Amino acid sequence: MAKVRGAIVVDTERCKGCELCVGACPTDVIGMEEEVNSKGYHYAYMKNPEACTGCVNCAIICPDGVISVYRVKTS
Amino acid sequence: MAEITLDQIIQPENLVYTKSRIMTDTVLHYCPGCGHGTAHRLLAEVIEELDLQADTIGVAPVGCSVLMYNYMDVDMQEAAHGRAPALATAIKRLMPEKFVFTYQGDGDLAAIGTAETIHACNRGENITILFINNGIYGMTGGQMAPTTLPDMKASTCPYGRDVRMMGNPLKITDIVATLPGSYYVTRQSVHTPGNVRKAKKAIRKAVEYQKRNQGTCFVEIVSNCNSGWKMTPADANQWLEENMLPFYPLGDLKVPEE
Amino acid sequence: MGELRLMKGNEAVAEAAIRAGADGYFGYPITPQSEVMEYLMAEKPHERTGMVVLQAESELAAINMVYGGAACGKKVMTSSSSPGISLMQEGISYIAGAELPCLLVNVVRGGPGLGTIQPAQSDYFQAVKGGGHGDYRLITLAPASVQEMSDFVKLGFELAFKYRNPVMILSDGAIGQMMEKVELFDPVPRSKEILPWATTGKTPDRERNIITSLDLDPKRQEDFNLKLQKKYGEIEEKEVRYEKIQCDDAEYLFVAYGTSSRVVQKAVQLARSRGIKVGLFRPITLWPFPSKEIFAMTGQVKGILSVEMSAGQMVEDIRLAVKGKIKVDYYGRMGGIIPTPDEVVEMLEKKIIGG
Ligand SMILES: Cc1ncc(C[n+]2csc(CCOP(=O)(O)OP(=O)(O)O)c2C)c(N)n1
Ligand code: SF4
Ligand code: SF4
Ligand code: SF4
Repeated sequence: MAKVRGAIVVDTERCKGCELCVGACPTDVIGMEEEVNSKGYHYAYMKNPEACTGCVNCAIICPDGVISVYRVKTS
Repeated sequence: MAEITLDQIIQPENLVYTKSRIMTDTVLHYCPGCGHGTAHRLLAEVIEELDLQADTIGVAPVGCSVLMYNYMDVDMQEAAHGRAPALATAIKRLMPEKFVFTYQGDGDLAAIGTAETIHACNRGENITILFINNGIYGMTGGQMAPTTLPDMKASTCPYGRDVRMMGNPLKITDIVATLPGSYYVTRQSVHTPGNVRKAKKAIRKAVEYQKRNQGTCFVEIVSNCNSGWKMTPADANQWLEENMLPFYPLGDLKVPEE
Repeated sequence: MGELRLMKGNEAVAEAAIRAGADGYFGYPITPQSEVMEYLMAEKPHERTGMVVLQAESELAAINMVYGGAACGKKVMTSSSSPGISLMQEGISYIAGAELPCLLVNVVRGGPGLGTIQPAQSDYFQAVKGGGHGDYRLITLAPASVQEMSDFVKLGFELAFKYRNPVMILSDGAIGQMMEKVELFDPVPRSKEILPWATTGKTPDRERNIITSLDLDPKRQEDFNLKLQKKYGEIEEKEVRYEKIQCDDAEYLFVAYGTSSRVVQKAVQLARSRGIKVGLFRPITLWPFPSKEIFAMTGQVKGILSVEMSAGQMVEDIRLAVKGKIKVDYYGRMGGIIPTPDEVVEMLEKKIIGG
């Protein structure tokens, strides 16, 4: 069965830790890193990467445009 | 079949979304979660998709977005508080073949710049106006705006907006829609992914319609100001949905007759 | 010889704008200069040259339209009279701060407040000392005839683009309204040149152009101010303009500009008929002010009378120029009253010769 798999890449230095991407993800992929970036913000990361479908919700809600999304169809 | 690895997914050919090249690499100065960034990005994407970079002249007046010219890789002018539609009027009339937009806050567009807004729209200037309504004066630290809701708190109405004393919130977009010079008038928001998608479609129309030379295209974006509202970004978006949207309902107010 | 016409000063401004190849005029009606836009609209400049003429909703909008057009590198202008120019001040400061070229015409009327629609020269300080906020200067040209109303439109645009600075023609209601013969200059076509700094759309061959007066970094803001001051210094060095009338043998000197200088020219004749050797020094640029040239007269003349239709504004610049070397006094009328040559001679005798 064809399955869609996605992944996100966060520009962690530019992430402001607003967490809007966390709430926007339908499959609960994103978490906030304990570590902070050089500006002092906790940044987003894929805490649950297998669940990502590449739906881009997180990327389009991100006010700072720091998320890139990749998607493949596997069979 | 072997599981596909992240490294295999994260390959250039699989890229489905990344920041528009019309956005520069400068870090936005906006507070975390502020809708200004999202609105900028949508406009940038539309300019990129319609291949308008070489034709675009933008105007951003005083307000939190005064430094928009640092983020958009297009020619831009910085205007005095409230006056962007006057600048845009002249730009478009002198160079009718260009794409001209203004990007204005609610204090800017609906208080100090009310006359310029109404008259540009009433003359039917062929410009596109993006109006960010966050119900507050963001840049100056959260004072009451013309759009502040009844009973909503702001630093110059710390006990809430008493409409008998401070006047009523102004639905300027509704007024703009009644003017013969406006062509496309819509109210959108960017607080959920679904709304972002709709807002982008609206912005795209407002940009594309400028080519028709039929009048002013006006997109209000109901947005947040988590700093001014003193909320987390997620709470602010929730509050926006529960309080702003009933007063400023989303949807088209005026659409072209096809 | 160019085309000769009998015109009002305000009409001459309008005709000169079209002939100078102006791209845009944005204005709002106010007496005593409404003929500028009326003439333009009647001439259909959109057909003659493609020039845009728009009646704005206010002077506030008009000056910001000028900003928008100037930022595209276009030849744009506005005209107004005193209260309207007051309303424009924020915009003028922005234009100076963004280093944009444009032409502003103030056909001055008496103030303060709504004042009167009669001529005055009481906006001198506003024009030459700033007017709006911040450290900036307007190149200020003072026409004394309908001919100069026309000529200074062309000169004003040239200076504005040469220095990327707003230029003001500081006229008054008398010159705006008076009819005189004018020799019109030959029309020049509107420029098609795309200026490298102008916002005309970012093409792949260049970085984006940004027009702004904002810089929140104190060091950079100070550096920018120093750069402006340097430019103003250069203008003071190179662009001073004035006229000396019967000054060669003068023992006394009138200084006057615009309408006052026309009255004073008659006063010079009158005084000389009574044996008083007096000349007229007429500043044409009020900023840059001809300070050095007036100082140079202090070796020759015994005293200076500044004649102005104000409570005494230019006299302050004359006093600064002569550095206390000789006596300087002022005579003027206000409220829309133009002084008479008789009054002026009488005051020279009383305040300077006798005093
Ligand atoms: C003539 C003038 N008056 C006041 C100000 C101060 N000021 C700057 S931004 C602003 C309000 C901006 O609010 P809004 O337009 O709603 O934009 P936001 O910052 O919320 O995005 C004010 C009052 C100014 N710059 N110029
Ligand atoms: S692309 Fe979709 S599924 Fe993947 S992290 Fe973003 S929101 Fe979640
Ligand atoms: S939405 Fe963007 S800025 Fe906010 S936490 Fe997520 S990645 Fe960071
Ligand atoms: S103050 Fe408000 S509007 Fe301004 S950047 Fe912060 S959240 Fe956005």
